Amino acid sequence: MKRALVFLALVVVSSDAAADSVLIRNATVHTVSTAGTLENTDILIADGVVAALARALEAPAGARIIDANGRVVTPGLFGGLTHLGLEEIGLEPTAEDATLKLGAMRPEFDVALAFNPESTSIAVTRLGGVTFAAIVPTAEAGSANAPGGTIIAGQGSVIALDGGVSTYSRALYLDFGSDSSALSGGSRAAQYMLLAQAFAEARSPTLVLAQDQRLLTPLGRQTLLEFIGGAGVFVFDVDRAADIRQVLAFAQREKLRIAIAGGAEAWRVAPELAAAKVPVIVDALEDLPGSFDAIGATLENAARLNRAGVKVSFTQESPESHNVRKIRQTAGVAVTYGLPWDVALAGLTRIPAEIFGIADRFGSIEPGRRANLVMWSGDPLEVTSVAEQVFIDGRLQPKRSRQTELKDRYLERVRAGTAR
Amino acid sequence: MPINHISQTWHLWSIALLIAGCATQPSAPDAASVVAAAAANPYPSTYQPQAAPPTLFRGATVLTGTGQRLDDSDVLLVDGRIESIGRSLPAPADARVIEAKGRWITPGLIDIHSHLGVYPSPSVRAHNDGNEATDPVTANVWAEHSVWPQDPGFTMALIGGVTSMQILPGSANLIGGRSVVLKNVPSVTYQGMKFPGAPQGLKMACGENPKRVYGSNKKFPSTRMGNVAGYRAQWVEAQEYLRDRAEYDRKVAAGDKDAKPVKRDLRLDSLAAALEGDILVHQHCYRADEMAIVLDMAEEFGYKVAAFHHASEAYKIANLLAEHHVCGGMWADWWGFKMESFDGIPENIALVDEAPGGCAVVHSDSSEGIQRLNQEAAKAMTSGRLAGLDIPPERAITWLTANPARALGILDRTGTLEPGKMADVVVWNRDPFSVYALIDLVFIDGIVQYDRASLTPPRSDFMLGQPAAPGATP
Repeated sequence: MKRALVFLALVVVSSDAAADSVLIRNATVHTVSTAGTLENTDILIADGVVAALARALEAPAGARIIDANGRVVTPGLFGGLTHLGLEEIGLEPTAEDATLKLGAMRPEFDVALAFNPESTSIAVTRLGGVTFAAIVPTAEAGSANAPGGTIIAGQGSVIALDGGVSTYSRALYLDFGSDSSALSGGSRAAQYMLLAQAFAEARSPTLVLAQDQRLLTPLGRQTLLEFIGGAGVFVFDVDRAADIRQVLAFAQREKLRIAIAGGAEAWRVAPELAAAKVPVIVDALEDLPGSFDAIGATLENAARLNRAGVKVSFTQESPESHNVRKIRQTAGVAVTYGLPWDVALAGLTRIPAEIFGIADRFGSIEPGRRANLVMWSGDPLEVTSVAEQVFIDGRLQPKRSRQTELKDRYLERVRAGTAR
Repeated sequence: MPINHISQTWHLWSIALLIAGCATQPSAPDAASVVAAAAANPYPSTYQPQAAPPTLFRGATVLTGTGQRLDDSDVLLVDGRIESIGRSLPAPADARVIEAKGRWITPGLIDIHSHLGVYPSPSVRAHNDGNEATDPVTANVWAEHSVWPQDPGFTMALIGGVTSMQILPGSANLIGGRSVVLKNVPSVTYQGMKFPGAPQGLKMACGENPKRVYGSNKKFPSTRMGNVAGYRAQWVEAQEYLRDRAEYDRKVAAGDKDAKPVKRDLRLDSLAAALEGDILVHQHCYRADEMAIVLDMAEEFGYKVAAFHHASEAYKIANLLAEHHVCGGMWADWWGFKMESFDGIPENIALVDEAPGGCAVVHSDSSEGIQRLNQEAAKAMTSGRLAGLDIPPERAITWLTANPARALGILDRTGTLEPGKMADVVVWNRDPFSVYALIDLVFIDGIVQYDRASLTPPRSDFMLGQPAAPGATP
């Protein structure tokens, strides 16, 4: 328990906004900021932002008052690297937009343009306490008859689960290692070769190459150059320790800001990752040698990385479109295997916001920040806890989804003995 | 017994004589009975648990798997069996006594849907042994002949408390082949893991998978109606096979020396055994309407379905399933990964359980999920409670123990902590329905197979000598 600091609003609450204001009384607030955890604390939300955070706040006239009764309030959770709003249904080509199969390297490909904020999965995920997530492209190999992708899967964004279309931040996603050797002519060594050529093309916009020699379109060169210049983080999906070292060396040479996704063996390279200040977005459930790149997979990956000083966030085995809500269970498992509880919560909130450069808006509860927060029935990392109230931009989210409607329809039938 | 007929072939007579070769003056009936035994139970289990010293747990919270919770209770294991449960049990002289105050004891967990060994880690092409996807009907194949006992996933499942599991062929085919029930013990051969006396299963699959696998190659089936026609044609043949064999038996019994034995067919052996109830039918089926079709088909051909697996829409027909005594194997929260799973809801398991007589089973179909079935059940329990259903831990544990044992036809031997049953027992460091719960000890037939304190779980040969293995110091 840190000192219970009293924060006063830096923003002025205008009187006409009071009608929209909400006062959450008596919460245990995990701010995931330097303020730490504040007991018996009130949160005043106005104009969609956290207006004040202190004990025994005065309720503005007309404010809606919710008594948390000591319950835990956290920032809204990060859903990991996902296909939310990009894949309405698996295995259906007409309902999937996360994978580019033009057989050409196209860093300019941006999945944000396909994002559907009305996907049924958004409300389901939000009910699980997730309020923001990365949406990412995925590279797939082609076949004899059909082209596939390349080691640069494309660009992704961060989305808020508020039903809106806004996207935040940019990131470029790359697939490295044995999973992607089919995207690089059969050898992972060629992944560095191809990337080096793409960088060379991007840095020499006037370079003229025969069409069969060049990797990038003019727009692709421009996009890649923007990222080289710092437009967003490069996220490398890579597992093997030796490959992570090569990626680190490449990034150091090219002076890139990168993150590792997956990173089954990242713990074996933890000191180098810490020294390079490279965060790892782990699948905390990965403990089997699913491939020869993941012989070192262990449930202690997150804990070992953290001990070495590496920032850790969470994602799932492959980008989830439907069971994104499972992300907090994966963080709970990391805690069971040695990751400190507050570090795990930060990995679901502030750390991913920092990785994607949006920590000024997402990932912590502080005066002036957008009021994206969740009140929990218990420990938010525990599988028997549920998100009781979810606020996005200060608005209480409805407790409805396609799943709740199905449940309501059939619960009565089962009770009446007519579910047949 | 449907499979004994092959004892009539001359070829197997000669094998019988070899087997019986040591006996003095082998008589024909003796040789025949040896053949019959081998034919009825080829590839027999060689699993024989070592002698287990008596073990007494003191003062645990016990979930018996029969729906009971016993607080501050002792559990005594003797000779690999559950001996007794109660307060202040006297310790046998040579008993290992384990203080279990604050710990929880449950039956060993059972997963009715696993592909460990047939789709092992690492998932390299050479290990792709789970789907004989070369014909929509491969009732002749046996999953056990694909099982790689060195799959590191077995150990991880053990650390998750799984003591028995059904290994199934995949779902590419309408009828994918026979399953096998294994005990989760280390062994060089799968026979050394084979659950003694457990019936095999017959894996069948509804819906999208078979029609996609074959339809996309312009082969039969390419539609759901094709799927059903495909199964029915097989049952018709199996019925004829049974009829022909009964006819042959009748002729032999009547002294007809010219009676010709029915030519043995491995595919029809499996199907006939399923019709006769010696092999249990396990059908992968997501949608409620398709499950209802399969129930009608089972009635048409006179067999029983043991369980529907994946059953995303089981809640829509929870009462129908209960009335047919069919179990539903389900995930806690998977949905939407294909069209037929679009209507999956997190209350599915709780609603199937809520129907009077319902048999809800939490299954994994996943090398990750099988490691934390307790957490899957905890999520399902929580969703059920939110919907207003009263589900205490002693109820939820049945989804992982007694109910899967019932679906596999082994409830008389394991699945609950009742005197006389196999001492398949898990000791948890706390309430198992928590993300923070860890398993301290796993007993299989009274033998400690996993002990968290010793930090040396059994390791697969594959993990030996791997410099990157997690045991190495960072």
